[in-house]
Amino acid sequence: MLGSESRNRRRRNIQKVAFGVLGATATLNLLALVGFLLFIAVNGVAAISWEFLSEMPRNAMTEGGILPAILGTLYLSLGAILVAFPIGVGTAIYLNEFARDGFWVRMIRQGVVNLAGVPSVVYGLFGLAFFVIILKMGVSILAGALTLAAFILPLVIGSAEEALRAVPKNMRLASLALGATRWQTIYRVVLPPALPSMLTGLILGISRAAGETAPIMFTAAVFSTAKLPSSVFDEVMAMPYHIYVLATAGTNIEETRHLQYGTALLLLMIVVTLNLFAILLRNKLQKRYKSSV
Amino acid sequence: MNMPTSATQTDKMTISAAQALPETGVRLSMENEVTKIQVNDLKLYYGDDQALKGINMVIPERKVTAFIGPSGCGKSTLLRCFNRMNDLVDICRITGEILIGGKNIHDRDVDVAELRRNVGMVFQKPNPFPKTIYENVAYGLRLQGVRSKRTLDEVVEQSLRAAALWDEVKDRLHDNAFGMSGGQQQRLVIARAIAIQPEVLLLDEPASALDPISTLKIEELINDLKEKYTIVIVTHNMQQAARVSDYTAFMYMGDLIEFGDTNTLFTNPGKKQTEDYITGRYG
Repeated sequence: MLGSESRNRRRRNIQKVAFGVLGATATLNLLALVGFLLFIAVNGVAAISWEFLSEMPRNAMTEGGILPAILGTLYLSLGAILVAFPIGVGTAIYLNEFARDGFWVRMIRQGVVNLAGVPSVVYGLFGLAFFVIILKMGVSILAGALTLAAFILPLVIGSAEEALRAVPKNMRLASLALGATRWQTIYRVVLPPALPSMLTGLILGISRAAGETAPIMFTAAVFSTAKLPSSVFDEVMAMPYHIYVLATAGTNIEETRHLQYGTALLLLMIVVTLNLFAILLRNKLQKRYKSSV
Repeated sequence: MNMPTSATQTDKMTISAAQALPETGVRLSMENEVTKIQVNDLKLYYGDDQALKGINMVIPERKVTAFIGPSGCGKSTLLRCFNRMNDLVDICRITGEILIGGKNIHDRDVDVAELRRNVGMVFQKPNPFPKTIYENVAYGLRLQGVRSKRTLDEVVEQSLRAAALWDEVKDRLHDNAFGMSGGQQQRLVIARAIAIQPEVLLLDEPASALDPISTLKIEELINDLKEKYTIVIVTHNMQQAARVSDYTAFMYMGDLIEFGDTNTLFTNPGKKQTEDYITGRYG
């Protein structure tokens, strides 16, 4: 029993220091994020106006709005998720519910993991070579959306698989024991509780697609369009690309600075809002399906 | 140890105690029973491990048959053979045959889903779906395409009454099933299983996760249910087996050691191994 008092005190102090350090890193993280957001906001808020959101750019992009870029981003990210979600969820259901563990299944899984690590610019080049040139889609919303779909596919598959895995195995057993086929079990018992999480994955996918530059640089986005897009084969402007171009290659880099910040702020707000929405949705819907036993 | 092979146990359908010792209760005899399930030389392998070593057994219709035995003796494995849930395990292989109602359940023309509708199962841990109480019970019917609200309402009420749950839930049929207690959930699962009118009910330690009062309710329920259904129950609890079952099968390490009417098996077991297990000398 001797010396245990000082040992206890030392242990408590070590814990205090450890928690202090951890708390400091978390705070630092938060401060960095907040600082960054504030910086963009302060510099960009001046540019945000109704005109900014609803009008075409004028006068060599130094005035007017970024409506075509907003619409372009919207079409591209929605197009991407329209393709990636069914394919991704289908793949996840196949891998998780049907496939017997074997060489091919492991290869597919490995492939998905690797795809997640491919740099976005490589997707862009792939999209250029395959969709734009070989499939002759030209620089277009279609090519851009498909490239973006490929880019966010690993993310959608990953979150869909996680959603499916979260459904307890004994639910499936119960359903099968009542005479359901495997497919009936999937769409009646497994998918409903998994859908909220999958929806979250969908929203995160949109958010990711909206913010990417490299996949759309060669496949869909151009510096300026004369009018708003009217078909999937049209080329478009897009917000991330717009920021890039204004800041590096435009004719009036300094004069358009406020628009760059404004575009960046708008894009950031869209992404952050989507992510927050996804998280809140997931939290709310998870409560409904929590088991009590 | 003198252990006769399982084959000699059930060559004929008559299994009655030879000894003429005083009996404490009604002595049932397989002579008077109709066969519901017949197991012929069933061997089961998980990969290279042999889990069932040549089981020969006859399970009587509309009676409660209990499987008892120490952990790992194969009783749950055998139970799962009756509704082919072992098919879901890739490394599981079987030889031998199982006949239910005279039909070999592994025949090529047998639809497994149909078999499972006819042979219902209740698992150890209650596993209601994350749906309403009503939808849980109606699940099996909806699977078969039943849509008429009146039919569903009727069957749901009947099944919940038969499971002794109706009075407790009739005012909250559309509440989520997860809000119920463990004992209620298990009775819900039983209601769900009997809603599709199976002929056989397989209960895999149905009360082991429940408190004593719920356990008692389930045991009473089993007693009521056996009028309509053939029941096979796996249990670790020997007192429960003695209370609830008409016939008992004692298994050990993949073999069927003894099968007989419950009263006889518990008061006057034929094999020393059975006696050792029952009196707690091992297991």
